[in-house]
Order: sequence, then structure tokens, then C-alpha cells
Amino acid sequence: MKEHATKAAAFIKDEARTDWHDESLWFVRSRRDKAAHGIPEWEQLRELASQIKDHTLSHLDEYLEAFEAKAIENGVTVHWAADAAAHNRIVHGILQEHNARRIVKSKSMLTEECGLNEYLEAQGIEVVDTDLGERIIQLKEEPPSHIVMPAIHLKKEEVGELFHQKLQTRKGATDPQYLTEAARQHLRQSFLEADAAITGVNFAIAETGGVVVCTNEGNADMGTHLAPLQIHCMGIEKILPKAEHLGVFTRLLARSATGQPSTIFTSHHHKAKDGGAMHIVIVDNGRTTQLGRPDFRNSLKCIRCGACMNTCPIYRRSGGHSYDSTVPGPIGSILTPGIDLKKYSGLPFASTLCGSCSDVCPVKIDIHEQLYKWRQIIAEEGLLPTAKKQSMVMAGKVLSRPGWYKAAGKSARWVTRWLPRPLIYTPLNTWGKARELPEAPKESFQEWYRKNRSAS
Amino acid sequence: MSKAHIIKAIQAVRPDPCPLPVVPDFEAGDRPVREVFGSVAAQSGSRVVRAEDFVGLATAVRTIYHKEIKIATPLRAIQSDIDLQQASPADLNGIDVAVLPAQLGVAENGAVWVTEADCVHRVLPFITQHLVLVLPEDRIVRNMHEAYAQIKIDDTGFGVFIAGPSKTADIEQSLVIGAQGARSLTIILT
Repeated sequence: MKEHATKAAAFIKDEARTDWHDESLWFVRSRRDKAAHGIPEWEQLRELASQIKDHTLSHLDEYLEAFEAKAIENGVTVHWAADAAAHNRIVHGILQEHNARRIVKSKSMLTEECGLNEYLEAQGIEVVDTDLGERIIQLKEEPPSHIVMPAIHLKKEEVGELFHQKLQTRKGATDPQYLTEAARQHLRQSFLEADAAITGVNFAIAETGGVVVCTNEGNADMGTHLAPLQIHCMGIEKILPKAEHLGVFTRLLARSATGQPSTIFTSHHHKAKDGGAMHIVIVDNGRTTQLGRPDFRNSLKCIRCGACMNTCPIYRRSGGHSYDSTVPGPIGSILTPGIDLKKYSGLPFASTLCGSCSDVCPVKIDIHEQLYKWRQIIAEEGLLPTAKKQSMVMAGKVLSRPGWYKAAGKSARWVTRWLPRPLIYTPLNTWGKARELPEAPKESFQEWYRKNRSAS
Repeated sequence: MSKAHIIKAIQAVRPDPCPLPVVPDFEAGDRPVREVFGSVAAQSGSRVVRAEDFVGLATAVRTIYHKEIKIATPLRAIQSDIDLQQASPADLNGIDVAVLPAQLGVAENGAVWVTEADCVHRVLPFITQHLVLVLPEDRIVRNMHEAYAQIKIDDTGFGVFIAGPSKTADIEQSLVIGAQGARSLTIILT
């Protein structure tokens, strides 16, 4: 796998586009701030949400079993999947049982994580993603670059050209209103013809055995209510104890995600429609392993609002695709190494550790602290890239020997002052790639101190 | 056997028990809920009107939209242009305006609670081109905590908070009203 930094370097080659991406996301972050500041008890809500999740994770087995029992009582069929492969097999099995060949799907990071689309398509099943952003990237054959705004990396000109090729819109048309209308017409046909609808789950309620799905477009509802078969796929960490806890989480979710006071549709599914069938697939896929890591289990509190991405200076300037992970950004960088540490060992370094992610997280995950902890583990396991490893070893030596440290400081001051630019700004000087080195002072602090203070 | 496997895996590693916090009753603002509801709903793109400003609900709907629209409604006060009990999905797809009773409004986010019992067909509030919800004014609560305290989410097989017309900003963050669901939402307060 290419390092995040390598992919990010490719992304930032187009400076104007990088600025545009950065500003688009910062705009969403600003909207989040405005919405959050409108709620006097915001910080209290974050603390409550965090504690409710702590409680739930500490009784997860009991809540999952209570949830299942209640769902079965409601006439819902519940399945359990240990990993992605089992999840895909189960979903395919349900579809086969109902002879379903045309599927509409609403946004679900879990099915993305499991590679469900590819799996079903290989079995000859048609899957249409129905969230506009998801449909765009599906037609473009790309993965999502953001968990809430999957096509945030694309310009309207690119969407216009794509829709011209795939949906026969006017050549050169770029008006979002026009393009959205074209998608609406195209998707409506898919909804009416679908044999089954698959959705993700935002919250699952142990007390009632129901699932809650939040969208702005209404696509999940168009799918589930028109198709005779509805399937909801959820990770084990989606559970909340009671309906009353939805009060806390629905207040936080949309405000954190897009700055809206609520998602437009907050749908509560408990039973199949008349003559229909409802299935819920509960998936582990590495989550119990993460639960077993005290330093990282907090990441399971995530409600997938994307606020940490919108605020992250690295994400905003490197784009979601540079993470090469289903969930990118700060939260992705602590979740994904838990799944495959070797493959994703670069991600915890895609951060300045500024802590902005932890500040905006609605469930108070200590994201930047976990990033730092992953770095320790990656170094201990010997997974650092050679250049980083050697410079760390060197830095360790220098910092632990006062004599070396003094000599290094002196030579650095001399070098930056007297050497010609081309000798300083070499490919080895990664700091100097896009930045000027600071002007070196004439003397070190120690030298200054000796001269001015030590005499007294 | 996956279930036993997952439950066992959780039991092997689950954290020490943490207490479940009590959600307190948050302080109310000074503004009346009706006023907050109206302004927040308007910001989300909903139209809020009072029934008393019109001569009957039917007039209200036909004044706000057009006279020649195809209306679907279970309400007795308005003539439905389609027999909802008999309607197929294709019939529902041809509806211009669905007029549905609603149970509860939430001031802090302009959301309105609608259940399966109110809409006859679950898909109706979504598939219709435009949606009208009829809400008794005295059924507006302050926030989502009060809302969940008043409703029972599993009273029917399906219930939804609707907080505006269907929308998307998936193309360059430009807000477009009318994504996959209703292109407009009118809330008539009675």
C-alpha cells in the first residue's frame, strides 16, 4: 500500500483544488460550530453521549441479546456475522431466499467496509446506491472520500460530465439543481422496480428491538417502504439501551455532521410492512477485538458524523482517498489500524496531533491521544518506514547526549545561515518542501544564558 | 453459531461496568415553543401556516399548491383524489400532494413525528411530490428529550421524524431541495 503521505502529495499537486477542498470542509465545520453554539447544554450532551456509550459497551452482550429477543418478538429475522465474508454471505442468502435480483441501497459504511456491492455484483445481483453522493461515486467507480459527503472531492463539472455519459444529461450542464433532478428521476425508477432495500443503521434500540436510520434525501425510506424485503446491516456498537437515549444522540448527530438541527428524516423501523419481510444483520468484523484494547475501545463510540474529518487540517488538505480506508480522516486513522496494523501503519502519522478532532467529537472520543498511542505500538512492532525509523533513532541518540545535542545545534545554526539554498532545500529536507526554515538565531539559549545570567 | 461466538468474544473483553447516566431536564429558553418551532422549521425549508388563516384545510392545501393537484389523504376534512386503501406504488408515485395528520412537533429542530398509522402507506410521505402535515399547535414540545418521552417509538411498525423537505448538498455542497423525497413540506398548525 502507498503511504498516506505519497497519496496526499499527489492530491495537493493541484493547489487550487486543494484550497477548494479545504474551504468546502471548513465551511461545514463552521456550520457545525454555529449549530453547537446554539445549544446551551451542548457540552453536557457530549458528556452524556460519551457516558451512555461507555455504559453500553460495558454491557454490550446483554444489550445485544435483549435487542435480538425484542426484534424477534417484532417478527424480524436477526442474523449474526463474525466477519465481512459472513455478512456478505448472509445478505446474499436472504436475497436468494426472496429471489431478489434488483437491490437499492442507502448509505452504509458497514456494507462499504465489508465490500458488499462487489460481492453481490459478482453473484449477478444489481445494486444501486441511492444516496446522491454515493450514486455519483458508484457511477464513477470510486470509493467514497468522506463518510457523510461521499463525493465531496468532486467538482460539479465532473459530476456534469459523468451524468452526461451515464444518465444522458445535457453536455456541459453543471447546475446542481438540474443534475440532482436528473438523478431523482433515474433513482425513482430504481426504487419502484427494486426487489429489496438494504440500509445501514445509525442506532439500534435494545429496549424496543428497532433500528433508526437517518437521511436527508429520504432515499432509505423510498427503498425500504417500496421493496417487499428490507435488510438493515449494523455493527455491534450501534446499540443504545433505550428510546430515551435517542434524544441525546439525535440532538448531536446532525449538528455535528452538517450543522443542521436534525437530519431531515429520522426513521424508526420496528416491524416489516404488511406483506413484507424485515431482516437485521449484526456484524462484528473486528469490533470485539477493538473492544478488547483498553486504549482504543473508545473508538467504538463513534456515531459516524464526520466532524473530525471536517475539522482536520490533514484531511482537508489531503482528501479522503489518500487514507485508502473505508473510514478516512482522524477516526479512520484509529479504527483502521485495529483491523490491519501492517497495512495501515501509516495512518496514525497522518495527523499533526493538534487535537481538534477530539474537541469536536460529539461522543468525546480521545482521537488524537489514540493516534499517539498507535504510533507507539507501530514503532514497537517495528512497522515504521525506514527513513522515519532511522531519523527517530538518530534523534533519540542526539537528545540523550548533551554534547551531541550542542554540536548538532551549532552546526544546524551554521548550516542554515551559510550554506547556499540548493544544499539546504534537498529532497532529504522534508520540512523545507513547502516551507521556509526559520531564521537561525546567532546563539543557542544556553549560550545566551551563560552570557547574560549565569554571572549573577 | 456466529451469535454465541460474538457474545463470548464480548464477554471475554468487555470493560468494567460503567453506570448509565440520567438525562437531566434541561433549562427551557424564554421563547414560546410555537415561535421557536416556526422559525427553526422555516430555516430548514418548511412552510408553516395556521389553519385559522384559511377557510378549512382543503382550501388551505389548494391555495398553497395549485387547484388542479392530485391529493392523497386519509383525513376526512379533505377529498382524496385516490383511494389510499386500494392504491398501488405506481398510483402513489403519481400523487402531487399528500396531506397527513401528525402527532407531535419539536421546537428545537422543526421535526414532526408521523407514524405508519397516520400515512396508510409507509412510503406515502416520501413518494409524494409535496407533503402537508397537519399538526395540533398544542402538540409542540421543546426538544427531542421531551419528544421521546411523549411518543412510543414502537407503537407502530414504523415512525419517522420529518424535519423539512427532502434535500441534498452532495454536489459541491450546493443545497438542492427535492432529492429523493418530497420537494416541499408544509406544516398546517390547527
